[in-house]
Amino acid sequence: MSRLKSMKRMGVILSSLAVCSFGIIAVSSGAPAGASSSGYMSQHAGGTIHLVATAAGGTLDPQVNYTLQYWQLYQASYDGLVAFQKVGGDPSFDVVPDLAVALPKVTNSGKTYTFVLRKGIKFSNGKTVTVADVLASFQRLFKVSNPNAGSWYNDIVGGPACVTTPATCTLKGGVVVNAATNTVVFNLIAPDSEFLDQLAVPFGSIIPANTPPKDQGDTPIPGTGAYYFASYNPNSALVMKRNKYFKVWSAAAQPQGYPDEIEMTFGLPVESEVTAVENGQADWVFDPIPADRLGEISTKYASQVHVHTLTADWYAPMNVNIAPFNNLMARQAVNYALNKNSLVKLYGGSELATPTCTILPPAFPGYLKYCAYNSKTSSTYAGPDLKKAKALVKASGTLGDKVAVVAQNDPVDESVGAYIQSVLNQIGYKATLKPLSQNIEFSYIQNTQNKVQISVTQWFQDYPAASDFLKVLLNCSGFHKASDNSINISGLCDKKIDNEEATAETMELTNPTAANKLWGQIDKSIMTTDAPWVPLFNPKLVDFVSKRVGNYQFSLEFYMYVDQLWVK
Amino acid sequence: MAEEVNIINKVAMTAVDSESPWRSSLRQLRRNRAAMTALGVLLFMVVVTLLAPFYAHHFAHDNPFVPNLQGRIKIGNHFREVMQTNTTGLGVTPVGPTWNFSKYFLGADELGRDVFARVLYGGRVTLLIGFSSGLICITVATVLGMLAGYFGRATDWIISRLLDIIWAFPIYLLAISLSVILVTNGLDLGIIHIGAGSLLLPILIIASVYVPYVARPVRGIVFSLKERDFIHAAVASGASDWHILRKEILPNVMPSVIVFFPLMVALNILTESALSTLGIGVQPPEASWGTIINDGLQLLHTRPWVAIAPGICIVIVCVALNIFGDGVRDAFDPRAKLRGSI
Repeated sequence: MSRLKSMKRMGVILSSLAVCSFGIIAVSSGAPAGASSSGYMSQHAGGTIHLVATAAGGTLDPQVNYTLQYWQLYQASYDGLVAFQKVGGDPSFDVVPDLAVALPKVTNSGKTYTFVLRKGIKFSNGKTVTVADVLASFQRLFKVSNPNAGSWYNDIVGGPACVTTPATCTLKGGVVVNAATNTVVFNLIAPDSEFLDQLAVPFGSIIPANTPPKDQGDTPIPGTGAYYFASYNPNSALVMKRNKYFKVWSAAAQPQGYPDEIEMTFGLPVESEVTAVENGQADWVFDPIPADRLGEISTKYASQVHVHTLTADWYAPMNVNIAPFNNLMARQAVNYALNKNSLVKLYGGSELATPTCTILPPAFPGYLKYCAYNSKTSSTYAGPDLKKAKALVKASGTLGDKVAVVAQNDPVDESVGAYIQSVLNQIGYKATLKPLSQNIEFSYIQNTQNKVQISVTQWFQDYPAASDFLKVLLNCSGFHKASDNSINISGLCDKKIDNEEATAETMELTNPTAANKLWGQIDKSIMTTDAPWVPLFNPKLVDFVSKRVGNYQFSLEFYMYVDQLWVK
Repeated sequence: MAEEVNIINKVAMTAVDSESPWRSSLRQLRRNRAAMTALGVLLFMVVVTLLAPFYAHHFAHDNPFVPNLQGRIKIGNHFREVMQTNTTGLGVTPVGPTWNFSKYFLGADELGRDVFARVLYGGRVTLLIGFSSGLICITVATVLGMLAGYFGRATDWIISRLLDIIWAFPIYLLAISLSVILVTNGLDLGIIHIGAGSLLLPILIIASVYVPYVARPVRGIVFSLKERDFIHAAVASGASDWHILRKEILPNVMPSVIVFFPLMVALNILTESALSTLGIGVQPPEASWGTIINDGLQLLHTRPWVAIAPGICIVIVCVALNIFGDGVRDAFDPRAKLRGSI
C-alpha cells in the first residue's frame, strides 16, 4: 500500500517530465491522461494497422519473451488474473482485476492471496478458462525457465523446488485451486509488496493448461485478449486478428480494440520504416528512430510525433565471469572511458536522452544521485577520464586483450556499439563489433555459452519498483548458466548483494522510505565495488505514427496501446 | 636504290620477327589509348588512396577511425559542432560537405568522422582486397587448371568435381555464407588462425569463390596445349612433368591468365563492396568503400554524400579496370572470349 503511494508520486513526476519533454513537439491526437478507454467509439472500428520493425522480437511465448516489442502486443492478446489499468497517464500503474472478479483478498499477514476467477471467459481457441488453466500456467512458468521464475515467482510456496527441478514443478500448497468455487489461492513464503505487479505483467498470462511445457517459439499460444496471434514468421511478419470469443468484461483491464487486424512487418531498415510512415504505407515504427531523421519528422510531421520520458536505461553489461571483464579494474576503466554525452548524441541529443551513472533511472523509487566514474568529483556526469581509464587497463593486466562488443544491428544500437568498440581500442583493447539481429541479440547476450564480453542493451521498467532493476538484473536468481533466459546479463552473483536486496524488499512492507533509501545505497554499492555495467543514458521514447492514426494513448507502464489506435 | 630499300625492309622485318610476343603485346597495349587512359585513372586512384594518411594528418588534422561526436569545426567565422543538434525539432545531424579540403570536405558520418578521409583510407583497403584476392584467385586457379588439364584422369576428376561444387553455388550466396561464418568467428584450422576482424578473411573468401571461373578456362587451354607438337617433343626428349608444366605449358597459359587479372580485380572489388555493404566483409574499425556505403545508408536522406562518394569511386575503378582489361585482352589474347566465362 505504501509503495502504491510512492508509485503514484513517481507517476506525477513522470507525467510532468513527459509534458516538459514535449517541448517543441506537439502532443497530438492522444486521449487526455487518465481518460478511460471505456467510451468505445464503434464508428472507428475496423481496418488493418501496419506496424514495422527491423526484426522480430524472438519467441512469441508470453511466459518466456521479455522484450518491449512483444509486451506491447501482449496487452491486447493475453490476460492475467490482474492487469495494469489500460488508460493513459498515472493511473496506468494501477493494478485492476482482469480474469479475476475482483482484486484478491489478502490474508495471513500478506502471505495469502485469494482470487475468484471470472466465469464464461474463453480462449481464442474456444475453450473456457478454468482454474486448472491458472494452476497450469504458473507451473509452466517454471517449466519453461521463465527469466524471473527465480527472482519473482519463487516467493510462491513450492517455488524454490520448482526453480531447482522445473520438470516436476507442481507448486503444491503454493497455488491451490477449487473448481467448485472457482477460486485460486496463492500462498507465499513471505509477504511480497510487488506480488500483484508481478501477476499483472505478461509473464502472469493465463494460457490453456494443455500448452506444451517448453518454449513455443514461433507457434502462437491461445490467449483471452481482444486479439489472437493468427500467424508469426520471424523472417517476415506477425499478424493479430480479432478474437471472436472475446467480449469485454472489464474495459479497464482489456478493452475492445479498434483495428480488425494488427500486422507487424519485419525486415525494412529503420530509414525505410520512417519513410513508410511518412508516406502512409505504415502506421508506426517500433525501432529507435535514427538521430538524423528526427529533425525531419519533428518539424514536417510534428503532429504525428509523440515524445515521452521513460524510466529506462541504455546500458553496457560486462561479463564479470570471463576475461577481461572478470577484472574489476577493467570494468572500472570502461566506466571511466565512455563519454556518455557522445552516446546521448547518437541517440538523438539532449532533448531525447540524459547521461546517467546510476542503475536506477532518475525519479524512480530508490534513485540516489551519484556518479562514481566521472571526470570531476560530482554527482552529475561531467565527462570521461581517458587517462584514468588507460591507467586502469594497464594496472589490470588486460592491456591488449581481445574484446567483442555485441549490439543489435539497427542504426542506433549499432552506432552505440561502434562507439564503444572505438573507445575500447583507444584504451588499449583489441575490440571488434558483432552486430546481431534484434530477433536474436537479446537472447544471445544472455546465454553464457556465447561468451559475450560486453554488449549494448536496454532495460525498460516492468513496474515502478527499485527491485525491478536491481533484483531482476543483478541478483543471483537472475543468472542461469547456458540459458537464453539469464536476465542478469553481466553474471554478477554476490550473496551479500542478494541479502541486502532481500532486506530492502522486506523493508518495503513496513518502511518504504527507508527501503528506497537502502535500494539507492545498493545501487551505489554495486556500481562502486563491482561496476558490472556501464549505465549509458536514460532515453525518452519517440513514437512516430502515420497521419491516418487516431486515438494515440500512452501508458507509463506498457507505452503505446497498439490496439487502441484507430485507422478509420 | 630499289635494292637498298629492299634490304632495309628485310632488316626491319627480321627485327619485327625477332621481337618476343610479350614485347609485341605490350607495344600493342601501349598504343591502345583507351586502355592507357584507364590505366592512368587506375594509377591515380591508387596513388590518391595511398596518400590517405598524409591527407588525414596534414590537411584534415583528423583521425578518421575515431568517433568525433563532441568535435567542433570552424566554418567561415563560426564554430560549429561536427554533430549538429537540430535547431528546429529534435535530433542530431552530422555536418554536411564543406567542399573545403582542410575540414570535412564530404561532411561527417554518423560517428562524426571525416567522410573524405575515410573514403581515401577505405580505397586502400578495397584496392588491397581487390588486387590481393585477384592475385590469389588467379594463382590458385592457374595451378589447379594446369594440374587438371595436364594430368587428366583422377587428378582432373578430383579437381573438376571440387570446382563443380563451388560452381554449383550462386557466387554471392556462397560468399555471404562463408562471410557470415568466418567474419563472425574467425578461421581456426589447427596452426592457422585468422582473427574475426582480419582483412585476410574477405581476401580469402573472395579469392576462393572465383577460383572455378578462372581454373576451368585454364584447364581447357592446357587440354588443347597438351596435344600440340612441342609438348609431344618435350615428352619425347624425356622432360619431366614439372619441367613441361613450368617451361612449356605455363608460358603459353600466361597470356590468358594476364587477361583475366584486371577483370577479376574489378569483380573482386564489387564483391568486397557488396559484402561490406551487407556488414559481412571488412569489419570496423577498418573501412572500405563498401563499409562506408553501409554507414551512408543510415544517412541517405540527410547526408547522401556519405554513400555516394565511395560509390563513385567504385564505379571509376571498376570501369577503368574493365577498359584496361579489354585492352590487355586485345593485346595478349585477341581470340579469347573471357567475358562469357565470368
